[in-house]
Amino acid sequence: MAPLLALDNISKRFGAVVVADGISLALNAGEALGIIGPNGAGKTTLFAIAAGALAPDAGRVLFAGEDITGLSPDRRCRKGLARAFQIPQPFVGMTVFENVVVAAAFGAGEPEAAVYDRAADLLDRCGLADKANRSAGGLTLLDRKRLELARALATKPRVLLLDEVAGGLTEHECHALVELIKDVRASGVSIVWIEHIVHALLASIDRLLVLHGGRFIAAGEPREVIRSSQVAEIYMGIAADG
Amino acid sequence: MSRVEHASRSSRVGVALAGFGLAALAMAPLWADRATLRLLAEMFTYVALASLWNLLAGYAGLVSVGQQAFVGLGGYLLFALGIQFGVPPLAAVLVAGPVAALVSIPVALLIFRLRGAYFAIGTWVMAEVFRLMASQIAALGGGSGISLPASLVLAMAPTRQWRELEIYWLALALAVAVLVAIFVLLRSRHGLALTAVRDNELAAQSSGIDVRRLKFAVYVLTAFGTAMIGALIFLMKLRISPDTAFSVNDWTAFVIFIVVIGGIGRIEGPIIGTIVFFLLRQTLADLGSLYLMMMGTVAIAVMLAAPKGIWGLIVERLGWQMLPLQRRLVLEPSGKARAR
Ligand SMILES: Nc1ncnc2c1ncn2[C@@H]1O[C@H](COP(=O)(O)OP(=O)(O)O)[C@@H](O)[C@H]1O
Ligand SMILES: [Mg+2]
Repeated sequence: MAPLLALDNISKRFGAVVVADGISLALNAGEALGIIGPNGAGKTTLFAIAAGALAPDAGRVLFAGEDITGLSPDRRCRKGLARAFQIPQPFVGMTVFENVVVAAAFGAGEPEAAVYDRAADLLDRCGLADKANRSAGGLTLLDRKRLELARALATKPRVLLLDEVAGGLTEHECHALVELIKDVRASGVSIVWIEHIVHALLASIDRLLVLHGGRFIAAGEPREVIRSSQVAEIYMGIAADG
Repeated sequence: MSRVEHASRSSRVGVALAGFGLAALAMAPLWADRATLRLLAEMFTYVALASLWNLLAGYAGLVSVGQQAFVGLGGYLLFALGIQFGVPPLAAVLVAGPVAALVSIPVALLIFRLRGAYFAIGTWVMAEVFRLMASQIAALGGGSGISLPASLVLAMAPTRQWRELEIYWLALALAVAVLVAIFVLLRSRHGLALTAVRDNELAAQSSGIDVRRLKFAVYVLTAFGTAMIGALIFLMKLRISPDTAFSVNDWTAFVIFIVVIGGIGRIEGPIIGTIVFFLLRQTLADLGSLYLMMMGTVAIAVMLAAPKGIWGLIVERLGWQMLPLQRRLVLEPSGKARAR
């Protein structure tokens, strides 16, 4: 069976900076993948290409075996590919509830009145129930991240792209997030998760990839990858430089 | 079941006030003199033009500086239909809408290839093309323009007074129709999408909204409304020329001023903006061309002090909404969610 989401030989450069140098990736149905890599490695760019916000210079994006490289982000979303942005992108002039209703109605292609329950339920699960009628523009960064997650889930995704959603959470909140993501997985959603909080990743994923210099330099069982010398070198290198 | 509520206390007051104001305006012929009625009718046309531009630029993010193309098209349709086919002016006003909507489709296909500032320039170039085409039509007076034949004007009503009342009520009806249509649109599923696009296009797209199609639809709808108002404006003037019909000053610069002052991206903004604009115009008009500079100063001052306009400031400070557009989730005592 074809993987649910596949990047096939993706290349992308900004001016002279090569951020993706022939990257391939396959996410199987039901799988959860983690991606780590130093800042500026091109992790977010890879998500932008997968979700259609950015066109690759070369290579293809496939969804359930279908070539979607030329599809707009909204078409990809309606097919079941949802993205939670690293820098939250709320609809600032709408309420928190309305933000989720938009995603639920359009991302899942359902009539507005039919999604109210689901939207309310998602706010509850993402810890935003008591802020449902607040303006999204007034939320703290943490709540914006929660909203980002709630909105992505509201589109009823088959594949969920999470970009650093755990940054800045307390230990307790991080634990709740991991539980939520496990829940989402159990409901049949496949996940790609970019994250710096490694222990949160390790608790939730099957496979870990390390992005560096425009390529995946390591991939495999998460704990083994973390222990591998090459990865240690990069992170140590950064630590030593810093 | 989730229940969602649209109204808030301020919106209930707002709707009541709007109803009261509308009744007073409908009965204005009882309390206002001719000059006041003319002024009010002109204000109605500006409320409508500004509301349409607000939908286009404030919500759909299509910053057009060429809406005079459709004002002028509507105006010229009124004259062409009347002079060539004897269509009564009131009917011509109604026909102008659908015709302009059809014309706007190929225009949109062309200018939608442009982005940002290039889009704005493209709309202006289109309007200039329309103006040049109008000045080539000898049967409609070419470059110097033409008056509406007296026979058509006289056939509108038995007396001049009745004709003026007819035009006043038509202006009021059209402005109200434009506002109600925009309100209904914003309350609908499409309005939800449009508000999302207003706030964040990137997020709207990645939430499954077909932004391009939505923008296209808004462009065509605005052309429809703008041309009807254009026809009405030149029915009030009784004379048309390429320069007045396609005036970037009258039909775009003033309209942008109104929307920016009142509050862009808010349905209430253009109404507030029109009132401010006419107050300024009536008090400063004696100053001659200095009045334009004063307007500019006011615009800059408002943009610095309240970048979201007067209504934006009110919303920010007081949380008012005049019209019940928001969807508020109502939590049941049982803990089960309902949305109102
Ligand atoms: N739109 C853009 N234009 C130019 N350079 C960009 C753009 N987006 C990202 N970059 C650059 O590409 C590199 C990768 O960025 P990003 O994908 O955000 O990395 P990461 O998410 O791994 O931290 C960085 O050097 C960044 O400055
Ligand atoms: Mg990033």
